[in-house]
Amino acid sequence: MATDAKRRDAEALLHHLPLPDAEAGWAREARAAARARLLDAGAPARRDEYWKYTDPRPLAAPLRPVEEGEASPEIASQFGDVRPRRQRFVNGVYRADLSDDRGQEGLRIARLRDVLRQDIGFAREVFGRIEAAGHEKVARPLAMLNTAAAREGLALHATGRPAEPVHLRHDQIGEGASLLHHVIRVEPGAELVLLESGFASNSVIEVDVADGGSFHHVRIQEGKRAAEAAHLFARIGARARFKSFTFTADGALTRNETVIEFAGDGATGHVAGAIMGEGDAHIDNTVFVTHGSQGCESRQVFKHVLTGEAKGIFQGKIFVRPIAQKTDGFQMSQAVLLSDGAEFAAKPELEIYADDVKCSHGSTTGALDETALFYLRSRGVPYPQAEAMLVAAFVDEAIREIELETVADAMRGHVQAWMAARG
Amino acid sequence: MMLEIKNLHVKLEEEDTVILKGLDLTVEAGTMHAIMGPNGSGKSTLAYVLSGREGYEVTDGSITFDGEDIMDAEPEERAAAGLFLAFQYPVEIPGVGNMTFMRTALNAQRKARGQDEISAPDFMKLVREKAKSLNIGADMLKRPVNMGFSGGEKKRNEILQMAILEPRMCVLDETDSGLDVDAMKLVADGVNALRSPDRSFLVITHYQRLLDHITPDVVHIMVDGRVVESGGPDLALRVETEGYADLVGSAA
Repeated sequence: MATDAKRRDAEALLHHLPLPDAEAGWAREARAAARARLLDAGAPARRDEYWKYTDPRPLAAPLRPVEEGEASPEIASQFGDVRPRRQRFVNGVYRADLSDDRGQEGLRIARLRDVLRQDIGFAREVFGRIEAAGHEKVARPLAMLNTAAAREGLALHATGRPAEPVHLRHDQIGEGASLLHHVIRVEPGAELVLLESGFASNSVIEVDVADGGSFHHVRIQEGKRAAEAAHLFARIGARARFKSFTFTADGALTRNETVIEFAGDGATGHVAGAIMGEGDAHIDNTVFVTHGSQGCESRQVFKHVLTGEAKGIFQGKIFVRPIAQKTDGFQMSQAVLLSDGAEFAAKPELEIYADDVKCSHGSTTGALDETALFYLRSRGVPYPQAEAMLVAAFVDEAIREIELETVADAMRGHVQAWMAARG
Repeated sequence: MMLEIKNLHVKLEEEDTVILKGLDLTVEAGTMHAIMGPNGSGKSTLAYVLSGREGYEVTDGSITFDGEDIMDAEPEERAAAGLFLAFQYPVEIPGVGNMTFMRTALNAQRKARGQDEISAPDFMKLVREKAKSLNIGADMLKRPVNMGFSGGEKKRNEILQMAILEPRMCVLDETDSGLDVDAMKLVADGVNALRSPDRSFLVITHYQRLLDHITPDVVHIMVDGRVVESGGPDLALRVETEGYADLVGSAA
């Protein structure tokens, strides 16, 4: 239960965000429930244990609408040679005129605004539901706020194996805040590759991966940008596969919350990140994996490269319910600090209530290996190049989590470009 | 003169420990020099100081390579100028492929010298040819640098890099340590194959046995940070039978 102050702050957040009108009854109920959750949890505050390393104030400020702005119709490919179907948002508004054709065999895409005005079964089961289930042990009020108020986003329904990946691209021009909320259902045996890039102040993706389904998410967060909170909630069915990889470079404040729960036996869920920060970048990855079924395998691999005064945060939890025997949980967070001013904080947590499980976590922080640097230089490799080679090797363990080789190579290119461009 | 070291005094940067105490050494082009000495005489320090490793402070003296003072040059600049150090303990680098590493190094050196980069097919051909004579298989080339290599494989990999980079001054730091007889033979053959009138060697060793396979032109005995005696190959044999005791005495 929130303190009075936290509740007042939560009310202030909602005050600026009236409920969207003309929505179906079930959608209005989901909105109202999210509102109630938020008031109950209260706004995030600096004193919260959950916000120990990241000041939530830039994320929890009353949201101002985004100013007018227009994005270029052309955008460079950030994912290498893959030709995804682009779905674009500019300043928090879906832009059909800038997007590719939505139709594809095995995949239906609709605008969230339209879905919430109808009675569409899968959306009812996903919208606000998977987010609501993702607050075990700790509340994530910014996601509740998003469910209560976000007007834009897409609903993706994978019923087969679409030939082309979908690329969600969010552009924000000018100051202000944009909220986006996407709901996704991958039906039994179906699969979806979702690429994501750009910026939204507060985003939520809810994914329901049914039994034997496969969901692969690759996200790029880069360039100069304001504070953002990006949430990914997933429910993973039996024998289903879930993968999410994020490349994050710089940015004022990035808080990525990834919350996944195994809801069926024999599934796998991997969450990985390659984080590059310079200047006064602040990048926080908070991951919560719940093993609620038997024989599931989870893996968290986060690699940070920090220089200047940049700060990297990793909070990762593996929570194993009593029923979840034969759980295989792995968590690794590592940081290489290239300057004296860079900082990394890791908070690994295991909470295990089953007795026949295998869970491990590890975290390391340090400079690049001086001996290896000298060895490379003694063979003629100049210092910056030697440093870039060792950084690329360090980060690669996270990049190898990407199954699409061309996309993985594109991420290696982003790492290289960041190393070459850093001040 | 290929390499000229005069009155070299070196101490550890962080400590007061003085290691080299007025070392003089001259290596002419096309010659093979050996440095022998007891443990702690400063042999490996000399190798590191030559290659430009951090952590050492030159308090007096000079090092010139091809007539140029190299004391302020970075390790990569020395390498591009043609200086090579074969490490006593070659470094394992996870995640960096052996081939990628060697190609990056060769191209970096070529770039520094104003030459064009070598093409991928030409590089493959070059590596295959050099690797074959050192009995280095595709597996060792594919793996990350020195990862999972045995002691002998690591040393052969050093010689392979030397053969590919074609330096003019090769410094071998205890390349014989940890090698069995067969591996020693392979390494020695690799070194001998590289001998040429415009390439010089400085072979640092604790034992005489490597010198059975690589015949030096000049042998130097190093004790307590100085060269105390120089001579022909016979000097190495004398040390082998008589030990360093007398020489240590003469340095005191």
